[in-house]
Amino acid sequence: MAEKVLMKGNEAFAEAVIRGGVRFYFGYPITPQSEIPEFMSRELPKRGGKFLQAESELGAVNMAYGCGAAGGNAFISSSSPGIALMQEGMSFLCSAEVPLTILNASRGGPGIGSIQPGQADYFQVTRGGGNGDYRIPVFAPASIQEAIDILYDAPALADEWRNPVMILVDGLMGQMMEPVVLPEPKTPVTSADIPKLKPWAISGSEKGQRSVVKSLRLQPEVLEQHVEKLFEKYNRMEQELQKVECDSIEDAEVVFVAFGTMARLAREAMEILQSQGIKAGLIRPISLWPFPYYAFDALTDKTKVVISTELSMGQMIQDVQLGVKGRFPVKLIHRTGGMLPTSIEIVDKTKKILEEVR
Amino acid sequence: MATNKLFFAGSGGQGVLTMGQMVTYAAMYADMNATWLPSYGPEMRGGTANCTVVISTDKPVSCPLIYEADNVVVMNLPSLVKFESLVKPGGNLFINSTLIDQKATRDDINVYYVDAGGIALKLGNARTANVVMLGAVVEVSKVVPVEMIYKIMEKTFSGRKAHLLDINKQAFHAWKPE
Repeated sequence: MAEKVLMKGNEAFAEAVIRGGVRFYFGYPITPQSEIPEFMSRELPKRGGKFLQAESELGAVNMAYGCGAAGGNAFISSSSPGIALMQEGMSFLCSAEVPLTILNASRGGPGIGSIQPGQADYFQVTRGGGNGDYRIPVFAPASIQEAIDILYDAPALADEWRNPVMILVDGLMGQMMEPVVLPEPKTPVTSADIPKLKPWAISGSEKGQRSVVKSLRLQPEVLEQHVEKLFEKYNRMEQELQKVECDSIEDAEVVFVAFGTMARLAREAMEILQSQGIKAGLIRPISLWPFPYYAFDALTDKTKVVISTELSMGQMIQDVQLGVKGRFPVKLIHRTGGMLPTSIEIVDKTKKILEEVR
Repeated sequence: MATNKLFFAGSGGQGVLTMGQMVTYAAMYADMNATWLPSYGPEMRGGTANCTVVISTDKPVSCPLIYEADNVVVMNLPSLVKFESLVKPGGNLFINSTLIDQKATRDDINVYYVDAGGIALKLGNARTANVVMLGAVVEVSKVVPVEMIYKIMEKTFSGRKAHLLDINKQAFHAWKPE
């Protein structure tokens, strides 16, 4: 196994996508992820790649659209309000079936908000933001190593599905350091490989083959057919891309549901409750879309309550309710605006909730 | 020790983030699990700097955020005022007595007054004050093996900085418990 290194989240994220084959970065700085464009501006040129600071987030996503349409492996990153600007482009990329790896270091909102960790972009990233019927797989790692593993695979996943793929982190993960093992760099795709690997791409074929990458379909019959085709793909994604980690849920009286940074707080709260003799468990969705609804089927009659634990006013809780299907009460423990609870705060609130439902 | 939570606080430039990183590196070299989390945000500009280190010997670190700490280091007075309450009962509080002339107010914790700046000055390099303090923390808490602190020092102070290795090793062992 490769040697462990201590890496700061933002630099680890950037290194992981480069090792995963990305050679093109388009971005516009925004806290708390500006170390990613900084790292890319330094490292990509050394590895035969291109870094370009766009004039805006809208510029960045559309440059990535063009790059991806030509067959390049592109990466963009931003934070909540910047992602909002990029979502217009994401809808276009989905319609045109152009791959792209996207990182969102989400922060407190709404508006320009704060730079501290937030999860109030759950609706934004799982329900669209851009226009039209489209879907983007969203993965929310809870450790730097997990983020590395997901980001390393993301460019290939985006290529495989011909669709953007998003990784959702926050500023806390971006600033945190953890020991990690970096995977072996993949051989990047060259211009010569593209016509073979991506026959759909606008690669400048000499044999008169015509590739068309577009999102405009003025005839409604044609557009409907196209969207139906996209949804055959999204339906397969729903089957194949669900990812979840479950801990101690079989006999749990109380089950937390949490992702990302909040999952680490919820895990400690779970351990504290367990040490006090209260049976607690954790469902940690790693894919937010497709949401792992099936994980809730494993809950038994011993469960008294399911608690959605979020850094928002309660957004994922709607998916939790869909997963629970009315079998148990669903409650919310939350902070927002960039505030984080302590694990003790979660424990205390959980005990109050347990008194109510017992 | 299953989990040990450490917290380092002071003002920018006192090396509090570095202290935390050295402990984290040492933990990693010793095959332990660890997280290092700096404070970040507007309060970093001109105010206090701090970082949290969580070390776990038997499983991945559950949570990089803390509500109490086994070991708290305060390098300036505002940090003492703000973070004395963070020490868990029976835990250790390390006070940089060079700059802090106040005493701790709690009697349910172990308090160590470390003249980090004075000791560093006597050694001939005032900038090693944070390493003097780190030495005290590792000596008292035994949270990471000393050899692993050496290992990160040897990696850090190499090449152009190689001449700083000896003074840092001296500084690391300069504080003695009373």
